[in-house]
Amino acid sequence: MTDNKKNFNITFYLLIVPVLIWLIFMIVIPHAELLISSFQVEDDLGDMVFSFGNYIEFFTQKIYWLTFVKTAAYSIGVTLLAFIIAFPIAFYLTKVTSKKNAAFLMLLLLIPLWVGELVTVYGWMVLLGDHGVINSFLITTGIINEPLNMLYTNFSMVIGLLYMSMLFMVIPVMSTLQSMDDSLIEAACDLGASKWDIFTKIIIPYSMPGITSGAIIVFMLVIGDYLAPNLLGGKNSLWFTEQIYNNFLTTFNWNEGAAFGFLLLMLSSGIIWLALKLSGQKLDKVGS
Amino acid sequence: MSKILEIKNLSKHFDDFTAVNNVDFSVEEGGFFSILGSSGCGKTTLLRIIAGFQQESEGDVIIRGQSMKGIPPEKRPVNIVFQNLALFPMMNVRENIAFGLKMQKLKTADMNSKINEMLDRVGLNGYEKKKVTDLSGGQRQRVAIARSLVMNPSILLLDEPLGALDRKLREHMKVELKLLQKEIGTTFIYITHDQSEALVMSDQVAVMHDGQFEQIDTPRILYKNPKTSFVAGFVGDTNRFEIESSDNDSIITKGDWKLKRSDLTMSLQGTPEVFYIRPEALILNPDNSIDGVDQFEVTIKTILFDGSNTKLSTIVNGSREELLISLPQNAQFDGIEEGHILNIGVHRDDVKCF
Repeated sequence: MTDNKKNFNITFYLLIVPVLIWLIFMIVIPHAELLISSFQVEDDLGDMVFSFGNYIEFFTQKIYWLTFVKTAAYSIGVTLLAFIIAFPIAFYLTKVTSKKNAAFLMLLLLIPLWVGELVTVYGWMVLLGDHGVINSFLITTGIINEPLNMLYTNFSMVIGLLYMSMLFMVIPVMSTLQSMDDSLIEAACDLGASKWDIFTKIIIPYSMPGITSGAIIVFMLVIGDYLAPNLLGGKNSLWFTEQIYNNFLTTFNWNEGAAFGFLLLMLSSGIIWLALKLSGQKLDKVGS
Repeated sequence: MSKILEIKNLSKHFDDFTAVNNVDFSVEEGGFFSILGSSGCGKTTLLRIIAGFQQESEGDVIIRGQSMKGIPPEKRPVNIVFQNLALFPMMNVRENIAFGLKMQKLKTADMNSKINEMLDRVGLNGYEKKKVTDLSGGQRQRVAIARSLVMNPSILLLDEPLGALDRKLREHMKVELKLLQKEIGTTFIYITHDQSEALVMSDQVAVMHDGQFEQIDTPRILYKNPKTSFVAGFVGDTNRFEIESSDNDSIITKGDWKLKRSDLTMSLQGTPEVFYIRPEALILNPDNSIDGVDQFEVTIKTILFDGSNTKLSTIVNGSREELLISLPQNAQFDGIEEGHILNIGVHRDDVKCF
């Protein structure tokens, strides 16, 4: 009995130590460091002093919070679009097509993840550019005379963001749909529900935990993404991660950058909290 | 009483397999009709065709004189209680029951009175706000039945709804379902593989085998007078004897039980292949004064004690045939032990041969 308990303790510590090391060195310490430095500014003598200056700067410069609001609004929009596109895919893969087909199609969906975001973003640049595949095709077939301006617009940015995040909506939605018994749909049908009623009153509510966890992942990926807004959205994309990047690597104002980082963290956490409240979902259920 | 449901020469073929083969029957209004069969006999397919979830290959389903051809499930005057109940897990008890009425766009006041009446009827008052996942098996059962009954269907179809319950609860729900059906008077069509469920609850039982109906009768007749060999073997416990050879004055079973033609009722006709005797039809130490009783001797091998269902496993003397005999638990037979030789009688009408 005591031996067992001892063994259990050793195993317990062996398992917990890597987790703690990870949490402390990779998450707690850097964040604490950033939090402290976000409240520091250089005074006239070149010493670091405590100040709210970095945060005040954010609220007084219109361009900063304009970028902030745009980033939030577009992230929510991309998340919604991801849901609209991903849900039919997930439904088709779980409930319509055969298991064998579904596995093959799933593999196809995964391919963009294998090559990495940078490569897929360049892929989209090749497709959408002024002399890119789509414009060349449209001009040679005579549909248009002047190339369409698609690259370096909000449109191309949204496409890039959608492309890299959509799969993370498909997978959790698929897993909830898989657990749904088809007889629920038949029962609803038997009770007189139309196709639309079945979709809105049975299938969507049932898959809500999956949708919510998918939405959280997509939203986090999108709001914190740097490559797609920067390369596909161009100079005018006004994505908040670019402001952070500029502070750290262009103007070397690490304190301002740290403050912006924390503002972004608070923004995304706040929106997710609000979304959970509004949809009536619980985080523990969503995570499972 | 009028016929509420008529099934006309109904067949259902899958690629190279016939699930329902030319089934033809009708159900009286207000009756409790069971379809009894082992799994894979086509009973679920038949039920799903009546509900409209599957299309018949041939034949027709007629409800209240109206053909159901081309009518989708949501428009048919039938509701179904699914095998796994298919309650909506994201809704509470009340929302589950209200779902169908909401689809009908009923006024809130009408809806509430119907739901309350139904909650009363199935004894779920006070549970309406509970989540269906928090209910016990029996309560979930009642929610599923209430959800269908509140739609006031012409026919309620039940697809083995008691299958998932434990034995004790199943026994209880059997009686409850029967009483509920009597009280509300809706026609129930109940499919099951459990003969006890079918026999206890039904007014009429159809025994289904390989996509066909073997016999449709009241439970009593089905048990007493099976029309086919399958029904005799399937419904109730029974002893089955296959006949090896027969001539004019004797027959021999596969287990070398030699019987004189004059002994048993099968002497009456032709060359039967098999005969059945129910364990409870056998009389221990029969009185010679009873008419039409044939007698033979058996040796007791073991006593299979199971309370009121206790049986003797015996060997017919002079053969290798095993015979199960019901043993009443009363003082008369308390002294019976393994190895004893017993005199057994059977009335000629209780031997069913095919």
